Amino acid sequence: MKTLKELEAIRQKTLNELNLRKNREDGIRVVVGLATCGIAAGARPVMAAFVDEVNKRQLTNVTVSQTGCIGLCRLEPIVEVYLPGQEKVTYCKVTPDQVGRIVSEHIVNGNPVMEYTIGNFE
Amino acid sequence: MIYRSHVLVCAGTGCTSSNSLRIIENFHKKLEETGYDKEVQVIRTGCFGLCAAGPIVVVYPEGVYYSHVKPEDVEEIVNEHIIKGRPVQRLIYKEHDESGVNTTLNDSDFYKKQHRIALRNCGMIDPENIDEYIAFDGYKALGKVLTEMTRDEVIDTVIRSGLRGRGGGGFPTGLKWKFAKAPESDVKYVCCNADEGDPGAFMDRSVLEGDPHSVLEAMTIAGYAIGAQQGYIYVRAEYPIAVKRLRVAIGQAREYGLLGDNIMDTGFKFDIDLRLGSGAFVCGEETALLASIEGGRGEPRPRPPFPAVKGLFGKPTLLNNVETYANICQIILNGPEWFASMGTEKSKGTKVFALGGKINNTGLVEIPMGTTLREVIYEIGGGIPNGKKFKAAQTGGPSGGCIPAQHLDVPIDYDNLISIGSMMGSGGMIVMDEDNCMVNIAKFFLEFTVDESCGKCPPCRIGTRRMLEMLEKITSGKGEPGDIEKLEKLAYNIKAAALCGLGQTAPNPVLSTIRYFRDEYEAHIYEKRCPAGVCKALLQYTIDPEKCRGCSLCARKCPAGAISGEIKKPFVIDPAKCIKCGACMEACKFGAISKK
Repeated sequence: MKTLKELEAIRQKTLNELNLRKNREDGIRVVVGLATCGIAAGARPVMAAFVDEVNKRQLTNVTVSQTGCIGLCRLEPIVEVYLPGQEKVTYCKVTPDQVGRIVSEHIVNGNPVMEYTIGNFE
Repeated sequence: MIYRSHVLVCAGTGCTSSNSLRIIENFHKKLEETGYDKEVQVIRTGCFGLCAAGPIVVVYPEGVYYSHVKPEDVEEIVNEHIIKGRPVQRLIYKEHDESGVNTTLNDSDFYKKQHRIALRNCGMIDPENIDEYIAFDGYKALGKVLTEMTRDEVIDTVIRSGLRGRGGGGFPTGLKWKFAKAPESDVKYVCCNADEGDPGAFMDRSVLEGDPHSVLEAMTIAGYAIGAQQGYIYVRAEYPIAVKRLRVAIGQAREYGLLGDNIMDTGFKFDIDLRLGSGAFVCGEETALLASIEGGRGEPRPRPPFPAVKGLFGKPTLLNNVETYANICQIILNGPEWFASMGTEKSKGTKVFALGGKINNTGLVEIPMGTTLREVIYEIGGGIPNGKKFKAAQTGGPSGGCIPAQHLDVPIDYDNLISIGSMMGSGGMIVMDEDNCMVNIAKFFLEFTVDESCGKCPPCRIGTRRMLEMLEKITSGKGEPGDIEKLEKLAYNIKAAALCGLGQTAPNPVLSTIRYFRDEYEAHIYEKRCPAGVCKALLQYTIDPEKCRGCSLCARKCPAGAISGEIKKPFVIDPAKCIKCGACMEACKFGAISKK
């Protein structure tokens, strides 16, 4: 038998899993380039790292989605972060171990990690 | 388990019949092959509502809305969209109007104007996974009721919401609960009417297939409110998917202790069982339904006593329809004022309609009461195919009536529909265009009720058959002056004398078509002509001598040998021999043959 408390725990846990089915237009969007070039450069583990990190921190207003080739294949894996009302920030040559910093500094605290952004590569 | 993407595939009855289970299978296979099965989850959901565009696949987080997907399209969706992030443009849903733009689910005209309460979880969750239901506030209302509310408070909440029975009658639900609570009895029952019999209505099926727990939870709340410990869902055996998902849902609820003894550790005891009906329309009538659950013949009995006093096995019984229950939990959670803020003065909340017939977006729509028929048909429904003209909409199935074009702007609610000679019924809405003969439509619905009459009372058993015979006479060109008046007189007598709702409402389709389309009846009787060109006996095929080239193709196609003539000279049809099959008209390459 489940008590009210246990039901609430199931609710929270499942809600995290179902979060991406919610339609949010005002939320934060993380878009990972997952075309052939991105995949070859290692975008899949990057995508997985973002999904993991966002879930771990229970950031329910963040959507992690994918897109096709962004056009700068030599700088893949490319990740774009859209904060509402701000210009997008493009990160290049992202590796899974950089994801934690991007999430904590940029997505949670609003300060882009400048050293990973496209400005440093061009 | 956290996935980066969810692929939702409709596994309601509509999409299943166009092979959506193969689509699901292919997704599993393909994702496994490519090694993406740990990143992408495939979920079978209930009905999305837009059955005309099925099978439907929705991919989240993008919310890309694919329509008319075939099993062989899965490979392309996985290779392009899932792996490379490029949605497959050719499969994305497109609007019917000229704009033809690709849209996501929530942006489409079909969904934008809807307000989904009863259908809130349909197409959103996996109906066979209780955790997903719980995630979207499932069993929260039950928790609130059991821990914070008294039985009277629950009933008072339902009364104040203004919810009325969605099965057809429109009786205030809260009052029904109050009447069922009133009698003192050690045993009471809560029943759910899922014997959806109207041709063209399928909202109850969709709720049961897409969100079965919402009905279980609401019935448990009702059990608490009226003091019952046992519930029965009377569901048609013709709904195998609904039956299966209900069984799964009941099993899961029992496992979680949400049904059974000591629910949520509050000491409250309630359980639900299924009873399958074998498809008699009359068993949707409450007393017949209860008789059928008891194992007796599905025949109605006179009321009073009403089921609230003396129902199932002679005990006080509460009986509500599926869609009514589907609203209850939201009313408890959001408050009665929230629900009552939607709709018209006497009809609160939303209503689900099953759009069918001559309309582009066949499917289920849930709209606030008070929406006009024009909005439903032209804005949500996408209008009438092939640019044809709207003639009438039939609501309420075989118990309802036709709404003609002049009433397109009447706000839809219980009372308005009755005042224009139709009724809400269970919410079937069949759209008809200029090619439909209204006399023939009335005959069609009457054939249904004649067939489904249980035979207990003579007005229904004999009266409706006599009416049908008169309609057959009229449509076969043998109508006589005075037939319309005779039909009307008999109709009123049946309405006054029949035992149950089936007989009392059976004449409605005839009465409402006479009311609005008397000219069509008159054309059939006096001019022996069917204005819509449907009634075969009244049709005349003729060859236009100007257009006929004398090729003899029609004469060779005619199975009755009714066409004769000389090559290269106009041919003629002998009306005495013609069987009006239309083969000549289809064969003619010059458009020389017409029917009228």
